Amino acid sequence: MANSDCIVIQGSNMAECHPVAYQWVTEAKLRGARVIHVDPRFTRTSAVADRHIPIRAGSDVILLGALINHVLTTETYFRDYVQAYTNATMLVSDDFQDTEDLGGVFSGYDPETGQYDLTSWAYKSRAAGEEKVGEPGPEEHGAEQAAVAEGQAYGSGGPPLDHALIERDPTMTDPRCVLQVLRRHYARYTPALVTEVCGIGREDFDYLARSIVENSGRERTTMFAYAVGWTQHSLGAQFIRTSAILQLLMGNVGRPGGGIMALRGHASIQGASDIPTLFNLLPGYLPMPVAGKHESLGQYLEAVSSKRQKGFWTKADTYMVSLLKAWWGDAAQPDNDFCYDYLPRLNGNHNTYQSVMDMIAGTVKGYFLLGQNPAVGSAHGRMQRFGMANLDWLVVRDINLIESATWWKDGPEIASGEMETDKIATEVFFLPAANHAEKDGTFTQTQRMLQWHFKAVEPPGDARSDLWFYYVLGQKIRERLAGSTDPVDRPLLDLTWDYPQDEHGEPDADAILREVNGTYLTGEKAGQALPGFVELKADGSTASGCWIYSGVYAGEVNRSKNKVPDAEQSWVAPDWGWAWPMNRRILYNRASADPQGRPWSERKAYVWWDEEQGTWVGHDVPDFPVTTDPAYRPADTATGPDALAGDDPFIMQADGKGWLFAPKGMIDGPMPTHYEPQESPVDNALYPQQRNPSRLVYPRKDNLTAPSAGDPGVDVYPYVATTYRLTEHHTAGAMSRWLPYLSELQPEFFCEVSPELAAERGLENGGWATLISPRSAIEARVLVTERMTPLVVGGRTVHQIGMPYHWGVGGTGAVVQGDSANDLLGVTLDPNVSIQESKVSSVDIQPGRRPHGADLLRLVQDYQSRSGITVMTGNDRLEDAEERGEAR
Amino acid sequence: MADRGTFLGWPVLRQLASGDFLGRGPAVTTRHTRERTARTATADKVVKSVCPYCAVGCGQNIFVKDGRVVQIEGDPDSPVSRGRLCPKGSASEQLVNNPRRQTTVLYRAPYATDWTHLGLDEATDMIADRVVETRRRTWQDKDEHGQFLRRTMGIASLGGAALDNEENYLMKKLYTAMGAIQVENQARI
Repeated sequence: MANSDCIVIQGSNMAECHPVAYQWVTEAKLRGARVIHVDPRFTRTSAVADRHIPIRAGSDVILLGALINHVLTTETYFRDYVQAYTNATMLVSDDFQDTEDLGGVFSGYDPETGQYDLTSWAYKSRAAGEEKVGEPGPEEHGAEQAAVAEGQAYGSGGPPLDHALIERDPTMTDPRCVLQVLRRHYARYTPALVTEVCGIGREDFDYLARSIVENSGRERTTMFAYAVGWTQHSLGAQFIRTSAILQLLMGNVGRPGGGIMALRGHASIQGASDIPTLFNLLPGYLPMPVAGKHESLGQYLEAVSSKRQKGFWTKADTYMVSLLKAWWGDAAQPDNDFCYDYLPRLNGNHNTYQSVMDMIAGTVKGYFLLGQNPAVGSAHGRMQRFGMANLDWLVVRDINLIESATWWKDGPEIASGEMETDKIATEVFFLPAANHAEKDGTFTQTQRMLQWHFKAVEPPGDARSDLWFYYVLGQKIRERLAGSTDPVDRPLLDLTWDYPQDEHGEPDADAILREVNGTYLTGEKAGQALPGFVELKADGSTASGCWIYSGVYAGEVNRSKNKVPDAEQSWVAPDWGWAWPMNRRILYNRASADPQGRPWSERKAYVWWDEEQGTWVGHDVPDFPVTTDPAYRPADTATGPDALAGDDPFIMQADGKGWLFAPKGMIDGPMPTHYEPQESPVDNALYPQQRNPSRLVYPRKDNLTAPSAGDPGVDVYPYVATTYRLTEHHTAGAMSRWLPYLSELQPEFFCEVSPELAAERGLENGGWATLISPRSAIEARVLVTERMTPLVVGGRTVHQIGMPYHWGVGGTGAVVQGDSANDLLGVTLDPNVSIQESKVSSVDIQPGRRPHGADLLRLVQDYQSRSGITVMTGNDRLEDAEERGEAR
Repeated sequence: MADRGTFLGWPVLRQLASGDFLGRGPAVTTRHTRERTARTATADKVVKSVCPYCAVGCGQNIFVKDGRVVQIEGDPDSPVSRGRLCPKGSASEQLVNNPRRQTTVLYRAPYATDWTHLGLDEATDMIADRVVETRRRTWQDKDEHGQFLRRTMGIASLGGAALDNEENYLMKKLYTAMGAIQVENQARI
């Protein structure tokens, strides 16, 4: 970030939530960079930025889309970069129809499933006897993809294409070429619309647009930084896509000071996706098999990537077979598909919210919580607690006695009388956990870098690492099944489950990371650690637990332990930790050089082609086949890495290009388009279609949605609420509300309101307020502050209320307690990745404390009946255009 | 240090004599301060670690004395953080040495109104029994079309993102082998 010339922070309060990383923004600023903060609230990030631009929560696609429109109409995009490195030149099928033509839905929408058939979004093919490339297979309907949150499988590369023989127009003038399709799609995203929908004035918009344009191109780079202010929406993935399109148009991807910085909020949240504890993924972004779609290993591999496409995903067979070898060892053989059939199959969306609803329905019996406190930290805290109250058994492993461990005796529903302790059947185990100082292991931080943390002391009492717990649990399960002849038990009995342990029984984390890295199994190198994923084979002669991490143990050296001091190495710092893949610090860095392989400018030189040596060289590990000449053009018959032309920097994409238009991969549209949040006091200014028609809705009596603009009862919950974090607390509080220092710094739950809203509702600074949503009512201290700006949107004033979500009721030993903001939220999910919309919801606010017991329930019910909401309010996927027209 | 009983002890002279011209260092320390020793100076060892809060990955130096963490500070060697820590990272010594921390196993039987104690071995035995029994009871071998499912929908898991990669790896490996698919993480949220 220090190398950026302009940094746009949007959907993040970086200075408060990632304060230490913010030193690099400060450093960029000292070097002359401009910093702009776009956020509903004025925060400490805004205070140190060059400008704060307040925005209505959830309207980001309009602002970013208008920037796209601006650079296209003023021809200020980076034309040489766009022409060579993106899919701007590629032609889209004649069948494709835009939201602009169809009143807010793209072609292929299937009202029955609420999802898209992606066929019409395909590229035009130039292969003989074929019209389209990128047509989905029969099992690739959006409905199946939404069901498995398939967007997440593209965490290390794009979706498959049959091949990369795509019709192109290098002049980018053909009306069907991607650049022109994009131009038409965003033509109505004007500065005037930005004012109307986002509440952002013309002067602010011009400033932002000018800043990005003047700080992009050969000599300069602009960076975007975001956090969950972009992800937690019913079209969150599309927020990030919009910014990606803009960054590609401006030539800001793969270059120093460019890109999109995802500011992740937890020590190893990147690692938890790479080696996923996620329902839909296997390690290294290989998808979990789906029943009926991936019946055999061959069928699975065909679906993951086509052998005829470009790039490194064509090697998916080597990644998958090596994973199966790592897990099932000698039992995994070519004649049994390497135990592929031991893998359980998905047949629906098994995300955490669905699991909680299944607890309420009674199908989920047992639940493990590992350092996670959903009673406070997940959306719809009530639903979380009702789910847990219907389990047979619950295992909580944490350092403190969190609310998710104690709700059965002191949760809000015990206080309200909805639950009685002696009627709750759930058996609860609390096992104390070791913390980071008490165990060895790696975190993968937000830039894909693995860093080893060394154990400093032994954990106290019964506290153990989760590594110990799962190892012992696995041993005990296997003991109980030993001798079983039931084929159901083979996957557990054949599992490779033998790790060295220290004198306290802790398994050796080094040995596990080495298994993740992988080893040769046969030949003269048998038993040695693999140097990297290019060595992986699909014949069973290699094993690797996560292909993208292969190389971390190259040469038998645990490279995550690398700690060469900052002062003793280059500015790229390659000898501190290890970044996947292959220690590359900037992905797709081939794009930092021009098509001929020369740096775009000396100022922004990063990797380049060395003609004499015939290799790519530079400050970082080149993210490209090192000996592929920039002038190389593959034959039409070439496939895989050999099919990458010398100017195809996006080596994990099936066509080697950065995607402005996504023929596949984004299931709710090939280009981002604006929809209002699930709950919004504002009409969609662009289309009769109010909300993302593909969002995942859960119409249930315990998950009611507030009325939106145009619906009767919209004034009952008239304000927009947004949730966020504080510097002094961490998520649901287990690692902060139990600490005296941090609790003293931020003792009480509060809400932020503008002086105007305070006057409208009679709220007093420092006094109490009750916030009411269709799900619950909570109380908070009031902070009246000009940091909240009332916005004029669509001709009316929209007030926004901010709330940190760190507090909870119950738990044992917490220094501070308070109502939980997440209790107000409902569950509506983004269709690509199944993340909840927790950044925008509708509430009312009243002065004074909330009632207790039955009176609290009566208050919530009274609001529900006054608003006239039903289970279906806001949950029709496709709005009836005429009906909406009349309502207006 | 000059004798403070004479004019040589005047602050301005002390500042000049010690080179602490702004009077923010040794020239203005009290005897009490001078006689104190930082816990970091007397530690037996310094262990390199990584902050467990957000994903920036700031380097931490953990100072250990007599088998106990006595202080946690920013690691100046780290190219990520250059020695800095935020309020949470700076408070992480309290995360380790917290008297409010629960360090023994607790068990709440069905319908019970309070916790009872269990041994660690007994608790893990009971949990293993429940996994085996629940898995057996809720096993789904095939769907209505005869397609393989080979799973249990009776067991779910939700992990935080302070889990190490190695921990996630063993979790995913074991859950997948037992056929549990409802395995989720804060990364979804």
